Amino acid sequence: MAIEVRVPTILRSYTGGSKTVEGAGDTLIGLIDDLDAKHSGFKGRLITPEGGLHRFVNIYINDEDVRFLGALDAKLNDGDSVTILPAVAGGALGFAAAAALLGR
Amino acid sequence: MNGVLTIDRAIVDAIFAHARRDHPDEACGVIAGPAGSDAPTRFIPMDNSARSQTFYQFDSMEHLRVWREMDDNDEEPVVIYHSHTATEAYPSRTDINLAGEPGAHYVLVSTREPGLDEFRSFRIVDGAVTEEKVDIVDAKVDA
Repeated sequence: MAIEVRVPTILRSYTGGSKTVEGAGDTLIGLIDDLDAKHSGFKGRLITPEGGLHRFVNIYINDEDVRFLGALDAKLNDGDSVTILPAVAGGALGFAAAAALLGR
Repeated sequence: MNGVLTIDRAIVDAIFAHARRDHPDEACGVIAGPAGSDAPTRFIPMDNSARSQTFYQFDSMEHLRVWREMDDNDEEPVVIYHSHTATEAYPSRTDINLAGEPGAHYVLVSTREPGLDEFRSFRIVDGAVTEEKVDIVDAKVDA
């Protein structure tokens, strides 16, 4: 089944510059594994070494943030559209302190 | 310094008004412009979902909505701005680590001194920060 994935500028080095790619999967993690097989290294930008969704990456299925849909276990259906956006975040606080504040 | 950010004075004023209004919390937002133009024309103040004096993060749903809107309008985020409220207008390590829009001018303002407007612009690409000149222009108004 085909899922259209919108790729942000910062990840287009993995997709040969393409803004959108197609992938397949019944769940978000299945889709990400499929994309990683076609675009090596892609997964590492979205998933932490511990296997969770990166705190500063937003992924949406259609109009919903996947954090409200079961995160990596979120179900996908044929024709769904997935959008990836790097969080826009920062601030004066040191990085370690920010990470602690945000419970990473 | 390489590069230059050319920006209308009215937009600079709007950024400071937003930053002063939210002080001592950090304020953040986007200036959209036509894709490929490098011209920041549409001021979009964003919610700081962190509501913090030392951290900012776009609300994820507002982020999606605004990025879709820009796509539909054939626009891109020309400027991403935020305020530091107790420190200088220079990217912190956090800002550098989290910068995810390599095509944007990252504008930092500081509201640490009530009467002093600090406004600086940077490119942040792959962890490297390059400050650029800021050219503030007065819009031409046809009389």
